[in-house]
Amino acid sequence: MTAVLMLFAGRIIDAFRDLAPVIAVIAFFQIVVLQQSFPNLPDVVVGLVCVIAGLALFIQGLESGLFPLGESIAQEFSKKGSLTALLAFAFCLGFGTAVAEPALIAVAGEAAKVASEAGAIADSVEAQEAYAFNLRIVVAVSVGAAIVLGVLRILKGWPIHRLIIGGYVLVTVMTAFAPAEIIGIAYDSGGVTTSTVTVPLVTALGVGLARSIRGRNPMVDGFGLIAFACLMPIIFVLAYGMVV
Amino acid sequence: MDFVYNLAGAALSTVLDVAPIIGILVLFQVAVLRKKLPNLRRIISGFICVLLGLTLFLIGLEEALFPIGETMVQQLTALDTGVSAEFTDTVNWQDYLLVYVFAGAIGFATTIAEPPLIAVAIKAQDVSGGAVNAWGLRLAVAAGVAVGVALGCFRIVTGTPLPWYIIAGYVVVIVLTFRSGRSIVPLAYDCGGVTTSTVTVPVVAALGLGLAANVPGRSPLIDGFGLIAFASVFPIMSVLGYAMIASWLNRGRNLKT
Repeated sequence: MTAVLMLFAGRIIDAFRDLAPVIAVIAFFQIVVLQQSFPNLPDVVVGLVCVIAGLALFIQGLESGLFPLGESIAQEFSKKGSLTALLAFAFCLGFGTAVAEPALIAVAGEAAKVASEAGAIADSVEAQEAYAFNLRIVVAVSVGAAIVLGVLRILKGWPIHRLIIGGYVLVTVMTAFAPAEIIGIAYDSGGVTTSTVTVPLVTALGVGLARSIRGRNPMVDGFGLIAFACLMPIIFVLAYGMVV
Repeated sequence: MDFVYNLAGAALSTVLDVAPIIGILVLFQVAVLRKKLPNLRRIISGFICVLLGLTLFLIGLEEALFPIGETMVQQLTALDTGVSAEFTDTVNWQDYLLVYVFAGAIGFATTIAEPPLIAVAIKAQDVSGGAVNAWGLRLAVAAGVAVGVALGCFRIVTGTPLPWYIIAGYVVVIVLTFRSGRSIVPLAYDCGGVTTSTVTVPVVAALGLGLAANVPGRSPLIDGFGLIAFASVFPIMSVLGYAMIASWLNRGRNLKT
């Protein structure tokens, strides 16, 4: 029991250290630059306590739940040896995490407003909703495709920089042809698709796959799945903007 | 009472957010792999910790950080526009120095607190056998986000085209890639994506939209986007740069001894 308490106390201290820069920056700008006091200070303190306790719990769960889960799933797939099953799993994981991502829902809504203001779609609620929904599906499919490509890369041992640089070149070329109003949203959509639960799971999956396949190095081959999940939506959203 | 209500709401939205992932994991485990996981109880309790932790984390952010952050952004972006904006059409980018400083500082600070980055940093330190230091990596990423977000604010103020910056960023990344060791490159690419998450995206998005709404001649819908893209490209450079500096330092140390 004391060991558990000691462990959790350590996690709380770590979490406090992780949050200290945010607290310092906000306090500095509020007090020194804007020269104001904190409104509802008790609420803020309660909120901070929640954030710190939450982060400590999350890190604990990460190490005892998400990391082992990702790695053992990777091992079982490589033992089973079915490529189709592994790629289907990769696609579902990417699609499933992106489609329900709140940040993506928010960005898709904003994008629909931009598109109707620019005259690309009709200025009605239905048209905007349809546009936002389609955009979410496009991004979710692109993240699924990205994880599939990333897993294939780990299996085959392709050098990552060729694929990523190829992606950059494609983005650059497409930028020249895509409508101006979609570009900002497309570039941003790469960053918002990877959620807090997905990142540890996908990272552990990649490292686990690289560990269980002979001739793969977990450092060289295990990382990189997230990178694909960031680049692919940019390409797909630019294409969507060109088609619609 | 409000607080309990908020907590329940946040718990529900976290569960809904994670539900598709849990569904997929269970489906493949039961239908395809058909094998009992080792340490199942430990994994489930870990998952519950993650959900509980995320719920508390999000509710705390919404109670404490985001309201202050948003009012702060409004006050800072509205601070300097007064005189110069009313009398001239041209925007002087130097009027917004305080905004760039704030953007850099808050970008750095929120990145340090970003849970997915902590996860990747722990994993990287573990996989590299300590060659990649978790804190060093996080500081490098945070520095990259700080520079990226500050530069992104400068772009919004000046109204220069977004693709110029991002494509220039890509070129620098490509050059650095060919000068870096093979083992750091995939990790560096990953760091671009993990930085922009729960803490950073809401604050940075509010900053972009607030700035674009307050700077004369900018439209929040057209110019407000792009900060997240900056925050995704610059950490790749800073991590590659960090790895180069670390290896130079090691080489120097090895030569001395």
